[in-house]
Amino acid sequence: MPVRVQTEDFDVGRELAALRGADRSVGAVAAFVGTVRDVNAEASVAAMTLEHYPGMTEKALASIIDDAKSRWAIADALVIHRVGALRPADQIVLVGVTSAHRGDAFAACEFIIDYLKTRAPFWKKEETPDGARWVEARASDDDAAARWRVPSGPAE
Amino acid sequence: MRDSANATLSLVYLARLREAFGTTSERVEAPPGVTTVGALRGWLAARGGAWATELAPGRAVRIAVNHDLADADTPVRPGDEVALFPPVTGG
Repeated sequence: MPVRVQTEDFDVGRELAALRGADRSVGAVAAFVGTVRDVNAEASVAAMTLEHYPGMTEKALASIIDDAKSRWAIADALVIHRVGALRPADQIVLVGVTSAHRGDAFAACEFIIDYLKTRAPFWKKEETPDGARWVEARASDDDAAARWRVPSGPAE
Repeated sequence: MRDSANATLSLVYLARLREAFGTTSERVEAPPGVTTVGALRGWLAARGGAWATELAPGRAVRIAVNHDLADADTPVRPGDEVALFPPVTGG
């Protein structure tokens, strides 16, 4: 299953092994793991809650993976995103990509997390010493996603 | 049961907008002129209060129609699910 939204933690090693499976054409596995920081926007963060939009979330993530598969020669891709209550150092998200070669795996992995951060309907609410606050979207995330709009990969 | 004679929309509010509006969802009868996402936003903003504040022109609001991100020109039709939310912050 390429997309999962869940409250439980995940085991990166087991998930990547399952993604790779027994596919002998795979020569590269790239992964990104996002975790909860204890400081954001100059405030200490004791805990956070992640909310999402059930139905749209799964559709948006599947669409991002389809987009990655159309741009790079990848064998498979996986996104796991947690929701609910999380604490600093907890894992939030795993993106895994398998491919014959590392170039496609690295690029597709970065593309998927960049698009996830601007298109998948998740929201973080942080607990800080001044109370709870919704995390503001970052312009740098929009910039990161915008890099991919003009295909700049290897020859088509 | 859905009355197809009326432009009934299911509206969904998420994250900060859910808190600002004090509700997670509602069903509305959109007036005849409200046929696009942009028109719907303007119509809701005319309710005043938090609606006017949060949906004011220039405020960053994302809108999805039937689970797909939309823009101001995207049509809304009877039976659609339209979600309003702030820019996303996952990952």
